[in-house]
Amino acid sequence: MADTNFLLETRGLTKRFGGVIAVNDVNFNLIPGELRCLIGPNGAGKSTFFKCLTHQHKPSSGKIFFKDRDITRLHTHQIAHLGIGIKTQVPSVFDGIPVRENIWLAARRYHGRGSANKVTADVIDRVGLGNIRDSMVGRLAHGERQWVEIGMVLTSDPTLLLLDEPTAGMTHEETEKTARLIKEISESASLIVVEHDMQFIKAIANKVTVFHQGSILVEDKVEAVMANPLVRDIYLGKEKD
Amino acid sequence: MRGLSLNTAGLLAAAIISVLALVVIPQVAPFYILLQITLYFSFAILALSLAFIWGFGGVFSFGQAAFFGLGGYTYAILSINMGSSTVPLIVAIVLPTVFALLLGYLMFYGRLSSVYLAVITLVVTLIFHKFLGHTAGFEYRIGNAHLGGYNGIPAIPPINVPGDVTKFAFPEDMFYIAGVALVIVYFGLRWLLSSHFGRTLIGIRENEERAELLGYDVRLYKMIAFGIAGAIAALGGVMFTNWNSFIDPHVFDLGMSAQIIIWVVVGGLSTLIGPIIGAFALGILALELGTQQTIDVNLILGAILIIVVLFVPEGFVPTIKRMCIWLAESRGWLRSRLDSSDLEEKQGRDG
Repeated sequence: MADTNFLLETRGLTKRFGGVIAVNDVNFNLIPGELRCLIGPNGAGKSTFFKCLTHQHKPSSGKIFFKDRDITRLHTHQIAHLGIGIKTQVPSVFDGIPVRENIWLAARRYHGRGSANKVTADVIDRVGLGNIRDSMVGRLAHGERQWVEIGMVLTSDPTLLLLDEPTAGMTHEETEKTARLIKEISESASLIVVEHDMQFIKAIANKVTVFHQGSILVEDKVEAVMANPLVRDIYLGKEKD
Repeated sequence: MRGLSLNTAGLLAAAIISVLALVVIPQVAPFYILLQITLYFSFAILALSLAFIWGFGGVFSFGQAAFFGLGGYTYAILSINMGSSTVPLIVAIVLPTVFALLLGYLMFYGRLSSVYLAVITLVVTLIFHKFLGHTAGFEYRIGNAHLGGYNGIPAIPPINVPGDVTKFAFPEDMFYIAGVALVIVYFGLRWLLSSHFGRTLIGIRENEERAELLGYDVRLYKMIAFGIAGAIAALGGVMFTNWNSFIDPHVFDLGMSAQIIIWVVVGGLSTLIGPIIGAFALGILALELGTQQTIDVNLILGAILIIVVLFVPEGFVPTIKRMCIWLAESRGWLRSRLDSSDLEEKQGRDG
């Protein structure tokens, strides 16, 4: 396998559900340390693309490389081990147990008995969950559940974070706090963030990839993407000539 | 952690009650009641096996009776052949555990959904029922032990002191043996559920997807938990067989499988003490109802299950616990505790 400079690379990645092609021949790559935003209308295949990366969906064809290693056939938990963490679109958390226990279960996977408690406390601090530490996650607001999930992912110090709509359901203030958090995370990890909020994307991103009907439509700097008439068309639903 | 309070007060209370029960009951209760309680001890162990795998592992096993019966049959066959009970006791737990691990491997690594899981575990149990029911012929014997079909295996040797066959357990000794076994299983499970493994299992119950995304191999965890539940059920089966000195295929029948679920649901899913109480309460009820002939016992047990599911869906123990807390709060008994913890927090922040 030839060495590339990519942290993550997909080649011809395709996912079909029956006759529907959700992800179509996607060649995507990410360099170490990069913060990339994925945008695209609903149903463009962003979340399915993420789920292929974590093997929650088995790709129909194509290959996925992480640090030049073929991870296409690895199980979800093995991929997590390699340092890929994901915050799913609908927060995937342990609803019936307290926030602290959620974070601890994440921390304990990669840390010994002693340091797991310390990592848990650190992450609760870092994400700002101190006030709701003992609350059942199932009773929290959507935004808080998002943070719990991000906190869980952070405990393992992942190399690559996939964040699927991290600001959905958040107030303006909460969104700003999340943007700060993502900026801070990006200092030590690579990120791919799916978002719809253009202001938010402007605030955090450099390069943006636009998905449309399962394929990559455009990939460019954020300003160029926002000025691109093609991108406007698909977001506004206009027919193109 | 839902339902299981890990506070030391609860632990201490449970320990005191266990010791008191094992010391006081034999002094005051007549012999036939002692025998009856011994039976409920073995049923309570069986109830705990389902409480663990279903209430904490989120795996609805309809087949705990299979491991219970397999443990009983293994003990019966081996102790008849060997005379001494030590090796049969060990094998009677190891064999069903291995069987549970194998079955668990097929189900969890095959990613079967919970409905299929329930069906498969039940069918496995019923296969044992049918098969052992048809072993009446003389050719169905293992060493000196005749399987005996629906007539079962009689005259099973009791547990003896390791190495000395002449010192064997009388029925009143079985009270202590089964009682101590129950206490060990209960505290063992409490410990397990507070360990990393147990806490992870509860996480898997809450959200399998998240557990996998964190890097936990859910299949392996469930398989091991299923094996542990099988071992516990088998221990219950060994105690039951000793109590009875007899075993027949009815331990594998549908009624038995359903009964375990009723114990757990009525007592309280996601608790450990609830299913124990459920096994005792419904055992006593079934015994009392058995003395009359107007209404079928199973009909009443079924009615109880329906009523509990409809009106006390959490089961009795969590509901009573909640009512106690509500009562204590409304009377102001708990407020002082809340206030003091608030105070501590403030002091902690200031300091």
